Amino acid sequence: MSESPSTPDSIHSDAFLARLMRDQLKLSIACALCFVVALVALPLLNYFQPEFMAQRVFGFTLTWLILGVLFFPFVWIISYVFIKRSIALEDAEAKAALDGLTK
Amino acid sequence: MNALLAAAGIDPWIAICSLVTVVITVGMGFWTAGKSKSAGDFFVAGRSVSVGWNASAISGEYLSAASFMGVAGMVMLNGYDALWYPVCYACGYLFLLLFIAGPLRRFGAYTIPDFAEGRYDSPLFRKIAVCFVLFIGFFYTMPQMKGAGTTLAYIFPGLHYSVGVIVVGAVITLNVSLGGMKGITLVQAFQYWLKVFAITIPIFVLASIVGHYQQHLEANKTAQETVAAAPAGIERKALTAKAPKDEQWIAPFGSLTTKAVDNAIKAAKTPEEKAALEANKKPYSLLYTYSLIIALVCGTAGLPHILVRFYTNPDGVAAKRTTMWVMILIGVFYVFPPVYGVIGRSLMPELYEAIGSKGTDKVVLELPTLLAGRDYPLLGSVLSGITCAGAFAAFMSTFSGLLVSMSSALAHDIYGRMLKPESSPEQRLKAFKWAAVIIGVVSVGLGTQVEKLNINYLVGQAFAIAAASYFPLLFMSVWWRGMTMKGAATGMLVGGLMALGAITLTTLSDVYAVQSLADFWVANPLVRILCEQPAIWAVPLAIILMIVVSKATASTVPADVRMKMLVLHAPEALGLKQEYIKEHEGLGGH
Repeated sequence: MSESPSTPDSIHSDAFLARLMRDQLKLSIACALCFVVALVALPLLNYFQPEFMAQRVFGFTLTWLILGVLFFPFVWIISYVFIKRSIALEDAEAKAALDGLTK
Repeated sequence: MNALLAAAGIDPWIAICSLVTVVITVGMGFWTAGKSKSAGDFFVAGRSVSVGWNASAISGEYLSAASFMGVAGMVMLNGYDALWYPVCYACGYLFLLLFIAGPLRRFGAYTIPDFAEGRYDSPLFRKIAVCFVLFIGFFYTMPQMKGAGTTLAYIFPGLHYSVGVIVVGAVITLNVSLGGMKGITLVQAFQYWLKVFAITIPIFVLASIVGHYQQHLEANKTAQETVAAAPAGIERKALTAKAPKDEQWIAPFGSLTTKAVDNAIKAAKTPEEKAALEANKKPYSLLYTYSLIIALVCGTAGLPHILVRFYTNPDGVAAKRTTMWVMILIGVFYVFPPVYGVIGRSLMPELYEAIGSKGTDKVVLELPTLLAGRDYPLLGSVLSGITCAGAFAAFMSTFSGLLVSMSSALAHDIYGRMLKPESSPEQRLKAFKWAAVIIGVVSVGLGTQVEKLNINYLVGQAFAIAAASYFPLLFMSVWWRGMTMKGAATGMLVGGLMALGAITLTTLSDVYAVQSLADFWVANPLVRILCEQPAIWAVPLAIILMIVVSKATASTVPADVRMKMLVLHAPEALGLKQEYIKEHEGLGGH
């Protein structure tokens, strides 16, 4: 931060806002990327590796098992990780900003 | 003749289960009506709903006739490709969680038009934004009405489809105009649990008797297998003429995504033309798949009747927690509807031959009656009654939610802010009730027209419009400081209206069988795909327009944009939200 955090106006500075948004957006984009890669890759695998994706796994075809069953827990894991980190991030930001104010 | 007589008879179990669902829903509406007093209670339940209740309620509202009946019907009809619907319905919430849920809640506005106005200080923008609540809403109510018509026509075999639509539409409209949203939170939460119960219990019982999910899937041979390796004990009825072939049904890029090209191939005259089209079939199919994914994933994050619920969370952290629970609750649900479709394909292929409300969309309702042929007639009727009750819960809850947000848009935004800004809360409440009645009547009228279309397909179209209008608006407004009102409005209007136009064109030509359009689609299969699934071009178009126009009008970025961004992104612990709201209350804004 360019400004001293001890000024009461520090949370109204551009630098504070920029950092706040950047940190949260970084986390969101990282999580979104995991998801988007999977969403883009599955149709591509179906397209270029149809035999591989059609092999039987417990009676399902591999691609059916992935899309119809495994995709749901995969997304739960991403959202769980996001929530944990995002709340931790918010707490840290709030603490840092309030510490700065009371100094 | 005997069969005909039996078909005209009404199964008492099915009728009783359905009636009980309706009575409980309506009863809860009346019971809570006395408890919701103020306008705030009516619009967002006084903003005091806990995470568990709110997550159940959002899930209950979200799981519509498309999820309960449409997904199963579409998986039965189209196989693998239709699986993208349930998966993206559930996983689309991730985008909402990652980019929109927390900030939007912190901003402290009732509805998306509130947000649009507050973010850009522009009452004009509110008027533009409010239109899309109605556009998306009406597209979304049509399939709910089809679900209602289909279910009633199944329970009372002689009943005409449109009678069912009118009866259900009237009951729900009455319920909403009496109870408002406070009632709905409770009713929606209850209905989520009812729907999960109604989709899981019958399929567990059924699968234990007629064979499991993967066993019935195994009975369909893939392109590499010469014979289906049907496990012992799995019987399968012969497929009918209109049913898709096994290897097409079980594999990606099947009948859903290749229909446009297949129609063109059928009409092609020369072998060269045919060969050229065949070569395009798979790439176009991939394009269709991606466009569908974009529509569903981005569309979830832009549904007005879902977003309004996030304001009932106490703060941004609760909004995020709620979203995660919603993903788990609906994800669990969405595993099951495809099972009905898969077993239905094996054991009820006669549904492929019927059209409209007698077709595959009713497989969830009818499948349990198979047990009658396996010496459990009573069990079959009871389970079918349970799935019918779930279907009622599905279209009633979603239609109620849509009715609330559309009526709010009319009463709160158009009447309360544009026509009569000086109106009292009582007048607005009255306006809300009248708005509910008007929208209910229009929805019923539209619903009677769409019997031929697939429930799930219609909901997908509503998602595509949301994806091209509200999603870019929310996403860009939350994360980009340089957005101007003109940029936001241009992007949302052009993207949203072009998607709306393309979809309306395909829907009209399918419903009313317009010959000239049908000929055009056959001649241009790629155009047909891009009109049927516009998200792949409409979403980027909206975002690019927002950026370009905002850059061109950079001088009109709201002066207090930094304060607005702080309100959106700073943790509540800093107490910025209150500051913002007080400031605006002083100005008579919020």
